[in-house]
Amino acid sequence: MKFSILVNEGPYTHEAADTAYQFTKAALDKGHEIFRVFFYHDGVNNGTRLTTPPQDDRNIVKRWTELGEKHKLDLVVCVAAAQRRGIADADEAKRNGKDADNIAPGFRISGLGQLIEAGIQADRLVTFGD
Amino acid sequence: MSEMEGGIVKKFLYVNRKAPYGTVYAQESLEVVLIGAAFEQDVSLAFIDDGVYQLAKGQDTKALGVKNFSPTYRALEDYDVTKLFVEKESLEVRGLSADDMVVPVTIMGAQEMAEYMNGQDVILSF
Repeated sequence: MKFSILVNEGPYTHEAADTAYQFTKAALDKGHEIFRVFFYHDGVNNGTRLTTPPQDDRNIVKRWTELGEKHKLDLVVCVAAAQRRGIADADEAKRNGKDADNIAPGFRISGLGQLIEAGIQADRLVTFGD
Repeated sequence: MSEMEGGIVKKFLYVNRKAPYGTVYAQESLEVVLIGAAFEQDVSLAFIDDGVYQLAKGQDTKALGVKNFSPTYRALEDYDVTKLFVEKESLEVRGLSADDMVVPVTIMGAQEMAEYMNGQDVILSF
């Protein structure tokens, strides 16, 4: 089956961020396809490379990057939600006159249309969050 | 789901369960609806639980220091988003009726709402 994943909650605060990852990994392990993982609301915070959890804790951002590399996942952070919360790639930072970017490797910033398309193209869109 | 000229048309249902203020979900849900309208899908919106307050008339956010985005619901018609369903039980327990809503809505009982959800292709719950 072809899945799209919507992550609506930030890392560490809400288990939804972990469950989304576990679900995505399990689906891939079972041979399913992941069309796209879309990060919205506080979910965009799953895509900052500045995350530095304690060493004995999981690194939620790095985990996505690694899974993304392994399976060529399309990890998309919503641009409108990202701007509000200070998540930027080099282009966004430049466009908005910021002195730095912080997007994690393997993630890209794009519009909400990518979420709608994810719903259209996948057999199932699965939402993680409240 | 149906195939129309120009691509796939799916039934998209946006489920709004949260109060308009206090969290950003309602506002960012509306942003998805507005962007999504350009994709010419079969769109409807459901308002359940505290989500019914999103459509309540007379919202005044001055003291909160945040934008009152409720007028935007009135613009949905211009985007051809006209199927707005409000759950009957959620309205009743909050002492509200269709007359208290900023836009024309269809009142739907919980059972009917469940059946309606069953018939959807994509459900985005905020």
